[in-house]
Amino acid sequence: MAARKMTGSQLVLQALCDQGVEVIFGYPGGAVLPIYDALHQQNSLRHILVRHEQAAVHAAEGYARSTGKVGVVLVTSGPGATNAVTGLTDALMDSIPVVCLTGQVPTHLIGNDAFQEADTTGITRPCTKHNYLVKSAEDVSRIVHEAFYVARSGRPGPVVIDLPKDVLQAKANVTEGGEEIQHKSYKPRIKPDPKAIGQAIEIIAKAKRPIVYSGGGVINSGDKASRLLTRFVRILGAPCTSTLMGLGAYPASDPQFLGMLGMHGTYEANLAMYNCDVMINVGARFDDRVTGRLDEFSPNSKKIHIDIDPSSINKNVVVELPVIGDVAAVLDALLKAWAKGGHSLSQRALKQWWKSIEGWRGRECLNFESTDSVIKPQYAIQRLYELTKDRETFITTEVGQHQMWAAQYYKFEKPRHWMTSGGLGTMGYGLPAAYGVQVAHPDALVIDIAGEASIQMNIQELGTLMQYRLPVKVFIINNQWMGMVRQWQELLHGERYSQTYSESLPDFVKLAEAYGARGLRAEKPAELDGLIKEMIDHPGPVIFDCLVDQKENCFPMIPSGAAHYDMLLGPEDQAAKPVSEEGMVLV
Amino acid sequence: MAPKDMSIERRTIAVLVDNEPGVLARVIGLFSGRGYNIESLTVSEVDTTRHQSRITIITSGTPQILEQIKAQLDRLVPVHAVSDLTKKGPSVERELALVKVSGKGNKRVESLRIADIFRARVVDSGLDHFIFEMTGRSDKLNVFIELMRPLGLIDVSRTGVVAISRGSTGLLN
Ligand SMILES: Cc1cc2nc3c(=O)[nH]c(=O)nc-3n(C[C@H](O)[C@H](O)[C@H](O)COP(=O)(O)OP(=O)(O)OC[C@H]3O[C@@H](n4cnc5c(N)ncnc54)[C@H](O)[C@@H]3O)c2cc1C
Ligand SMILES: Cc1ncc(C[n+]2csc(CCOP(=O)(O)OP(=O)(O)O)c2C)c(N)n1
Repeated sequence: MAARKMTGSQLVLQALCDQGVEVIFGYPGGAVLPIYDALHQQNSLRHILVRHEQAAVHAAEGYARSTGKVGVVLVTSGPGATNAVTGLTDALMDSIPVVCLTGQVPTHLIGNDAFQEADTTGITRPCTKHNYLVKSAEDVSRIVHEAFYVARSGRPGPVVIDLPKDVLQAKANVTEGGEEIQHKSYKPRIKPDPKAIGQAIEIIAKAKRPIVYSGGGVINSGDKASRLLTRFVRILGAPCTSTLMGLGAYPASDPQFLGMLGMHGTYEANLAMYNCDVMINVGARFDDRVTGRLDEFSPNSKKIHIDIDPSSINKNVVVELPVIGDVAAVLDALLKAWAKGGHSLSQRALKQWWKSIEGWRGRECLNFESTDSVIKPQYAIQRLYELTKDRETFITTEVGQHQMWAAQYYKFEKPRHWMTSGGLGTMGYGLPAAYGVQVAHPDALVIDIAGEASIQMNIQELGTLMQYRLPVKVFIINNQWMGMVRQWQELLHGERYSQTYSESLPDFVKLAEAYGARGLRAEKPAELDGLIKEMIDHPGPVIFDCLVDQKENCFPMIPSGAAHYDMLLGPEDQAAKPVSEEGMVLV
Repeated sequence: MAPKDMSIERRTIAVLVDNEPGVLARVIGLFSGRGYNIESLTVSEVDTTRHQSRITIITSGTPQILEQIKAQLDRLVPVHAVSDLTKKGPSVERELALVKVSGKGNKRVESLRIADIFRARVVDSGLDHFIFEMTGRSDKLNVFIELMRPLGLIDVSRTGVVAISRGSTGLLN
């Protein structure tokens, strides 16, 4: 049988189909014209035309995080690729699986400063998990399949495939079917070492004040991991806290859940971390937002760290016992070993431990003062939660105070319903991520909780919402300030508010209307519920301009360089506890 | 919490990689991007059928940083194996230097005499110069080069260190 031949472009699309891809987020240009031409002649792959390449990557991230699949991006050479860099870095920091196809000038022009040439593999090497420059059409299928494998396996991350235009146009033999890749050198470890499981059980069984500190790795590992985590925590009877990235893996309304920990975490979560005697880290990476001052971080505990990436072990915090493997596989092994050994924790000690925790809980650190005259941002999010919790709702955010309030006041019961930019903290993430989610879940309610500054970073994406009738709701907590930065200036820089006022804001209602979307504005607490309902009931995209208290700060807060017990719970604390010099240099 | 060891150690690390475009840039970028030290780095293909190269890196840092370096290297997709030769047991380390010395009269005789003691070979000579080739441990090369300095040292070219563990086991086991 004569081998069938296809162009490089067709081979790319074929490999995407074989990988089960349904949608691509992209933006055309000269170097990728052959792929766009091939796209035009097929109908199994859907293409969503974004308005800026950064948004294409965030959309792919939202799609990936909400489905567990790999998000796919297609951009042109040069500026297309460089515009994608922020999104790629964001996906790397948050371990999101994305495959990004970039166009490149033809191979014979590479290195000549040709029109729209950029050294894409060079530029993206430090901001991808891996990248490829394809030199021949013969390699296309293999590389695309390998890229998907690398992106989704182990610790997930973004992978770039740079495709010179001549490679896209050349013909090569077709290899049928999706090849399952066995990589020569890349072999992530999934199953834990049984010896480590035994040691972990030994440590846990002796715990008097245990805590489970769970993170984004549980979400990465899949829905089964979340179920196992819940079982594990309940069987132990231990408290559970979560990082920003892990919210939803453990049901927030459960009494054993202490809320988020870290810089803007709850009083009870941070004090429990400080005072525990055994800490079980499940797929979290001891980020500096979480640990605060390192030499004061949970000084008297034995730490077990479950992570798929050996480089996460002992990076910031030295632990007694690393357990390398996939969260689901590790928890499964732990649960089995726990049952088999007939273990249980000392109930007396646990009771004592919970008594302390309830004491900290009694501080009600998330309380705030409500008024009738002005909407408190916390109140706005509480109402949004109450009015949307009974639906299939996905929340994305931008970056700033509103993001933290969303994490504190919106209660996530299920994994994959919360997408936020944690590691890079990219303003402009939320809107494109939201429509990435909406594309995957057309009937769900998808809300981007935004700040008025952040939303302007990718506001052009309203056009994408309109074009594809994606009914995303943009809920702007409008405090007229870059609130998070203003808060730091208040705390650390003598209230000198340098360049943080959101001057010359657009009228967001009119802006929505200019795009053909619905605009709503709330100014008083009394009108909030009605307007939120109107937003939910509107079948298309909505911009909701929620005017809130301009000077509200986000508490609790552990100022940078401080320890977990040094939390500021409100404005009075802030006045009483000045920040150290060492803390001032930290971000 | 286990106490942190802040002492600085020096390690020789061998890395077996696929010899594909960009692989060296990945390794070097890792070191510069994360602020790790490179004292010496050598690379060459060692298996032409499987297209694998071996990189030998000498680096230094606290024990915690050194563990990070190895984990980060191992995480690169084209890396097959990372071996800490210093930690693993005795190993042989060698470096090659080419040393050009120019001089006349006594200085010229003296340079030749010292070269002889150090078992350096003359690989090129003219009426007023020698090029010595010398292989050995880096500290020995340092001593030789220092001795040549007053005798008319013109140019030095060094390979950096290559290393291999003693005994019958290889990098992959
Ligand atoms: C303004 C702002 C304020 C912030 N404040 C806070 C705060 O108060 N509290 C807070 O928690 N965060 C906060 N963050 C987020 C913070 O910067 C980090 O992004 C976050 O803490 C990291 O979460 P994580 O540890 O769960 O790690 P992730 O970044 O989600 O990393 C996951 C870890 O799990 C591992 N992993 C991945 N997949 C698997 C698997 N299948 N099996 C096992 N392991 C796996 C990875 O190797 C990695 O080590 C803030 C961010 C911003 C922008
Ligand atoms: C792209 C980018 N630039 C700058 C920052 C620094 N930054 C963090 S929060 C913030 C202000 C955000 O303001 P807004 O969106 O209004 O949210 P608020 O904090 O007021 O809720 C800024 C500028 C960032 N995170 N991302």
